[in-house]
Parts: sequence; structure tokens; C-alpha cells
Amino acid sequence: MTGATPAAPKAPQAPSLGKPEMKRTREGFGHGLVDLGERRSDVIVLVGDLSGSTNVTFFAEKFPDRFIQVGVAEQNMMCIAAGLAATGKIPFLSTYGAFASCRSADQMRVTVAYTDLPVKIGGAHGGISVGPDGATHQAMEEIAIVRSIPNMKMIVPCDYWETRKATVAAADDPHPNYIRFGREPVPVVTGPETPFTIGKANVVREGDDLAIIACGVMVYEALVAAQELESRGVRARVVNMHTIKPIDTDAIARAARECGAIVTAEEHQVNGGLGGAVAEVVVQSHPVPMELVAVHDRFGRSGKQDELMAAFGIKAPDVLRAAERALARKRAR
Amino acid sequence: MPRLDMTLQELKERALFVRRDIIALLARSQTGHSGGPLSSADFGTVLFFHEMNVNPGRLDDPSRDMWHFSIGHVTPVIYSLMGERGYFPLVDLLQFRQFKGHLQGHPSKHDTPGIEVSSGSLGQGLSVSCGMALGSRMDRVDRRIYCVMGDGEQQEGQIWEAAMFAAHYKLDNLCGIIDYNRKQIDGDVQDVMGIAPLADKWRGFNWHVIEVDGHDVAALLQAFEQARAAKGKPSVILAHTVMGKGVSFMEDDYKWHGIPPSRDQADQALREMGTTLDEWTERLERFTRQEVAPGPRPTS
Repeated sequence: MTGATPAAPKAPQAPSLGKPEMKRTREGFGHGLVDLGERRSDVIVLVGDLSGSTNVTFFAEKFPDRFIQVGVAEQNMMCIAAGLAATGKIPFLSTYGAFASCRSADQMRVTVAYTDLPVKIGGAHGGISVGPDGATHQAMEEIAIVRSIPNMKMIVPCDYWETRKATVAAADDPHPNYIRFGREPVPVVTGPETPFTIGKANVVREGDDLAIIACGVMVYEALVAAQELESRGVRARVVNMHTIKPIDTDAIARAARECGAIVTAEEHQVNGGLGGAVAEVVVQSHPVPMELVAVHDRFGRSGKQDELMAAFGIKAPDVLRAAERALARKRAR
Repeated sequence: MPRLDMTLQELKERALFVRRDIIALLARSQTGHSGGPLSSADFGTVLFFHEMNVNPGRLDDPSRDMWHFSIGHVTPVIYSLMGERGYFPLVDLLQFRQFKGHLQGHPSKHDTPGIEVSSGSLGQGLSVSCGMALGSRMDRVDRRIYCVMGDGEQQEGQIWEAAMFAAHYKLDNLCGIIDYNRKQIDGDVQDVMGIAPLADKWRGFNWHVIEVDGHDVAALLQAFEQARAAKGKPSVILAHTVMGKGVSFMEDDYKWHGIPPSRDQADQALREMGTTLDEWTERLERFTRQEVAPGPRPTS
């Protein structure tokens, strides 16, 4: 690590990769809202008829006066949140990511982002975590949409604790944020004490042969792949890029410079996602071979999250193969 | 003191000033909308110079009423009202839609202080206003929220999501105003996509509906009073207006929805309103300070 970034945190403890603790990120959102509700009276929670699914019921039960049911009307909800923000509130709205990012994209762009209001968008059931519901409800485009809109911040926490911390951190940011989390329990790879700062990537595993830059549930997959790489004599750095926008350009440039090859891993379309965001920095700072692990321009389908991830090529073995390709290209330079 | 105390005659004359401003700024910019701003000028004047408690000298005044134009394209009337009311110097109107000015084609909060929330994509403003109304009620702020909508805009589905929400939460501090000029870009509203019976639709959504001649200032004053008195439900004022009102060759012609007058046409329009383009432009240029622009002589 260079001295320029003293805050770059180490992993607090090596997560157990074999049999990790499993916890829902949406519970992190729900508990984060309760944390906030206790701390500040200006936090308001809105929901579009999905209280249980998004776990905002935790907040609703404790703070019923600050909980607003909007019904099935996502566009309305986005703009109501904007109006609340105009009166000084910090509104958190929640619905499925597929709807938050697409159904109300215009409202997010014009009313929320152009006005730069502190509206906090909780995109639940992000990625393919809503498995059996199929393509319509799986959200694999949020990063591309949100990061193309000025003033928006895009956060993709990797586990329960990080989602909880991201939720709390979002309230302190006077700009609009989008937080993407999932439905199914996913491995816990951080702890309550792990630092979290919006826009500041966490290096969760050190190494300088190759860097795997991941977000969301793919941080765990990246760690699994890194462990296997180690047995093959490759020291892989794993970077948890929980904030896609503003992206941590220093962490990326450093990874490129120090590792010489990069793999990105995300549960999202390859077009406009984390991989693209990282590549934009790499090509302008220190070009190195890159491989992108992502969903390749296809809709989802019904199935269990795990089998879908395997089918779409975004499990640890896919990260591993991408790493080998990147390393081969690095060696061939 | 935020609230002004103007006579009926002064309000009418101020509305005429606003119309002159609209024409003069469009003549200068040679881009922008003519029809809707002119149809909105009378109720806009009643809002800004009588009905609303606004404080251009202190934009974050916690007791202020909040206003929001869901029809962002009527910026010529919004800016004319703001300039006349003292939000910024009137001379700024001459930089409408110019790169160097602070008056964007559609309202932008960060370019034009006093705009509460940016707008321009139709159908969103009533929802925004619902949020303002609910947030104000949560804080127990005695404030009213005014949302100006278009009649063509009633075709947007989100309007009705917001209508449902406001009635459900009994937002009686919310007052919608619809500029019912019966015209939209592509033609007559009834031909493009009929919205009638509009009053019945709003009643059906459990709103207090008031219909009024949107160019009758005295009637407008009463309409706003009536809306203020309605409790337990939000109010909407259907202001029956004429697109392009006040300019003979623009009135009731949908072709003037989205275009400005040429300089010659503007001069003709202003002569119909008792001045000339040069004279009115010079008036705007004189006001380089942020103030409530001096109004017409009460007895002139």
C-alpha cells in the first residue's frame, strides 16, 4: 500500500470461506433504517407496497409516524420523496431495484438528481437474488442507469453489515444516493467494525499479482477465487468496490499499477456496470489487461440464485477462469 | 413583510406587466413558449401578489408557502412573476434561455434561487407537491402548497397516482391549479387525447374541485379563498383560460404553444398591450436590483 491512502482498511478478520455465516442484505437495510430512526428525527421511510420484502417493517413498527405507504406507484413515490426532501426531510424510499431504477428513472433523473435532493433510494432484490420470480423482477441494470445520472451516488454493499452501514452513511450525505441490496442470505464478509466510507474502496485481501475488483455478493466469490489462486501460487488482491459512483479512482489506479492485471466481478449486466466503470479509470491511468465477470447482455430467468449465478457465469470458478486469462495476458505483454 | 396588500386594480395591472414581460423576454431570446405563459399570467399574478406568503428576500423562510410549476415549460411566466415579485432583478429576464444567464429553459433550482424543485418532465409536479404538503404537515408548519399543472399534462398517469395519494392522506394544505386552456402542442386537447370530464375525474378522486374563469381576477381571489377553506381534502382549481391570452394573433391557437414571437410580432403584441418592444425592454433594463418592481399607478 502507498502512504497516500492511510485509511485503506484491512480485512478485520479473514472471513470463513468454507462455511460462511449467511445473512440477508435487505435486513441490513431494515436495521440501518432503525439505527437512523433512533438517531435522527428527519429520516422518513416510504414504501411502494413492499414493506415486508424490503424489511422497512422494522422501521414502520418503531416509527409509524415517519413511515409512509405510497401503494403501487413508484414514480409517485420517487417524487413524493423529492418533495419531502424539499421540506428538509431525509427520505428513504424502497421498492424492488428493477422498478426503482427503471420504472422511476425519469423521476430520479429530473426531479431528484437535477435538483440534487437528498433522496435515498433503496433498491431491494437487486441482481438475480429474487431468483424464482424471473427476468421481470431481477434487477441487473441499476448500476448502468444510476451511474449515468449526474449527482447520483451508487452503492452496492457486499453483505449485511455493509448494507447497514451504507444505509446510515447515506443519510449523512446531502445528495441523492442509490443503495442496491438483495433478497437471499449471502455470505458475511465484513464485521460491525469494518470501516465504511462512501466512495472509498476496501482492500479485503492483499496481493500484487492480480487484482479482483468486485461489488455486492461477488466480493465473496472473489475471495473464494483468490483463495484458490493462492494455492496456485498467485497472490490476488481483492478490492471491495462498494461504491460504484463516485468510484475510488486511486484504489483502481493503484491496483493496476501494483498488480498489472485486473478482473472485475459483478452481479449485473456487463454493459455499463462495475467493469466498465473500472475500465474507464484503468485506460486513463495505467492500462493493464482486464477481464470482466458479469452477466453478458441477457435477461434473467427463473431459478435459484446460486444456479442462476452459475448459469450466467458469475460464480467463483468463473472469476478464477477470468483471473487465469488476465494473468496470461499480463505475462504475454 | 412577505404578503403584499394589493387592490384588485393593481393585481390586474400587474398581470398586464407580467404579460408584457413575457413578450419582451421571448422577443429577446427568440426561443421559448408563448401560449401557456400568457394563459397562466392572471392566476399566476394572483398567486404571487396576493394569495401566497412568499419571501424573496429570505428564500428559506420557514413560514413561506411553497409553489411548484409542474408545467416547467411555462418559464416565461414563472420568471416574469419571480422578477416582478423581487426574486431577482427584472433585467435578468433578458437573458432567458441564454448560456450566460441563470434562467434555464425549464426551472432549475440551482440556477434560479427561489425555485424549490426543478421541473420540466411533465406529470411529476403534483407528486412533488404531495411530498411538500406531507412534510410540512409532519412538521406542523402552517403552510400551503400550490402546484400549477397543465391540461395536456392531465394525460400523464403519474398525475393520478398523486391525486390518489393526496386524497388518501387528506392533504388539505395542497392546492392544485390547472391551466385549462384546451390546447397542447399537437392541437386541441380533446382531439389529441380527451381529458373530459375533468372536474368529475378530480371529484372522483375525492378532491375539492373549483371551476373558475382563469382570467377573472376577482373570481380567482374567491377561488383561492374557497380552496383555503376546504378541510379534509385537497383542492384543485380548474382555471378556464385561453392560450395566448392578451395577444390577438396568439389567442386560442395551439401553434403558439412552443414558439416565441418574432421581434415584429412582439412589438405588435406589446402595442396591443399599450407599450412597445423598445419601451418595455428599456423598463426591464432599468431594474438591475432585486426588488418588488414598482407597479403601475393605482389611478392611471
